[in-house]
Amino acid sequence: MNNITSEIGRMDGPQLGQAKNEAAISMQGLTKRFGDMTAVDHVDLEINKGELFGLLGANGAGKSTIIKMLTTMLTPTEGEARVWGHNVTQERNAVRSSIGVVFQDPAVDGMLTGRENLDFHGRMYGMDGPLRQKRIDEVLELVDLVEKADIKMEDYSGGMQRRLEIARGLMHYPHVLFLDEPTLGLDAQTRRYLWQYIHNMNKTNGVTIVLTTHYMEEADALCDRVAIIDNGKIVALDTPENLKDMIGSDFVILEIQSGAEALIQYLQPFSWIKSASIINGTVELKVDHAQQRIPEIMQVANECSAVITSVGLHKPTLEDVFLKYTGRKIREAGGTANSLVAMMHRRKR
Amino acid sequence: MKQDLYAIYSIWLREMLRFFRLKSRVFGSVAMPFFFLAFMGVGFGSGTSMPGIPSGVGYVSFLTPGIIGMTLLFSATFAGLSVLWDREFGFLKEIMVAPVSRIAIVLGRTAGGLTTGILQAVIILICGIFLGMKMPSLAGFLLSLVFMVLIAATFIGLGLAFASKMKDMSGFSLIMNFLIFPLFFLSGALFPLERFPGLLRNLAYMNPLTYGVDGLRYSLIGTSAISPVVDLAVLAVCCAAMLFLGAYFFENTEVK
Repeated sequence: MNNITSEIGRMDGPQLGQAKNEAAISMQGLTKRFGDMTAVDHVDLEINKGELFGLLGANGAGKSTIIKMLTTMLTPTEGEARVWGHNVTQERNAVRSSIGVVFQDPAVDGMLTGRENLDFHGRMYGMDGPLRQKRIDEVLELVDLVEKADIKMEDYSGGMQRRLEIARGLMHYPHVLFLDEPTLGLDAQTRRYLWQYIHNMNKTNGVTIVLTTHYMEEADALCDRVAIIDNGKIVALDTPENLKDMIGSDFVILEIQSGAEALIQYLQPFSWIKSASIINGTVELKVDHAQQRIPEIMQVANECSAVITSVGLHKPTLEDVFLKYTGRKIREAGGTANSLVAMMHRRKR
Repeated sequence: MKQDLYAIYSIWLREMLRFFRLKSRVFGSVAMPFFFLAFMGVGFGSGTSMPGIPSGVGYVSFLTPGIIGMTLLFSATFAGLSVLWDREFGFLKEIMVAPVSRIAIVLGRTAGGLTTGILQAVIILICGIFLGMKMPSLAGFLLSLVFMVLIAATFIGLGLAFASKMKDMSGFSLIMNFLIFPLFFLSGALFPLERFPGLLRNLAYMNPLTYGVDGLRYSLIGTSAISPVVDLAVLAVCCAAMLFLGAYFFENTEVK
């Protein structure tokens, strides 16, 4: 996971913290009820232009329902939302023209070829012949499906289908691209490819992207900002870094042959040591920016003649953040059965 | 406007691709009406004439317009209900999220359903002529096309209205057994209306297909139980109402 982070290059967020004319998406008190069940509960949120924004939550937390309201597929019960300046209930067609959507479940016609699916899409978005052909070739190239373009989509693998859907979402140059669980049920390799595509679309082409996921590492690797959704509410909202920082410091775990007490005494005065304790013969140090402190710790250990046999480093993950804000681990919260069903659903198609 | 025209064409084109790509579907769609026509035509065709059928009109001639009506009823209702398949397989979302007016989507589907329905109807008409129906005049054939369009559009609207209100396919067999088949049997497609007892006959007069079949009979074989002008008027009103209803429900459908 750390690999992919450095591989893709953490976003340096040109938009973050800058003054901008208007938000790409804004929601005020957005609410959706199905009967007695409140799926989305008074959500207030602004997503900036050019941002790669993640909605992170377990299955059933309300992420997809938010996406469906923003994409005009569902009508909000209460509150309002704007996408690229257009009201999602009053200016539906203007909203629809501004967005591309890749839904969680497949939304392709399996009896048509990939190219025919794209062709259908282009016409529905009013693209004329030459432009359509040009864009079809471009997006097929982008997702590496040129050779598979003329076979029926029911013969595509799950990953190929997903890639074609992403290509389709981009075909008409949307301002905002919604990706609902873009990598659900895909193998690790395909997921990484998709991450690359998503990252490039955002950074190179400047498309504002809103994605939902229940994969922590996906949100961490890709998103400029993340909102954690639980029971239809936003419980935390910030950059992945800041969210992890809120959890607190890193832990350095030292296996020590001898001299543990002395080491702790020597270390205690340093201001960057938040706490130090001995648990079952191992020393646990709570430290900010631990990578940079490990050499110093080694030096101190040398000075007090403590013998260290191994060093471990634990950095907080979004999983820890999720746990803190929801009181549950995301896998427990989601109920694996659901994601399994969704996966099989996808494969069936 | 241009975009809406593109959308209508796009949806129509998709229906065509789907229809002709599945050879079995082209074949299967005319098989049942053909068997009805062939076996009932042969079975009842010879021997004594059926009371209520004007003398000089053979049973195959009488039956063919009825079976054409049946073909249109089934294919058009299915075309309307095909929204359910799209819902089931997710493609409805791709259609609904596109920036085109909902009425264009309805018109595209209607155009697709009309094309496939009338194609099947004409195949059945040709079968009927082979089985012994008298060749209709050109004017009669053209008039029958008008009736075919009205019948098909009416039931596409009906199918669409039902599909927009249904969440999944579970209600499908209910619609088949309690809507489509009664509409078919109560239309006078198989035997003259006057053979029905009073109550059933009144029900038949509330069935748009009754007027469609009667109008087809007038155009193709020159006999009718009701005035063809009445047929045309009633059917046109039903058609407009059903299409409006279908479009209205479709417009307000939510995609979960």
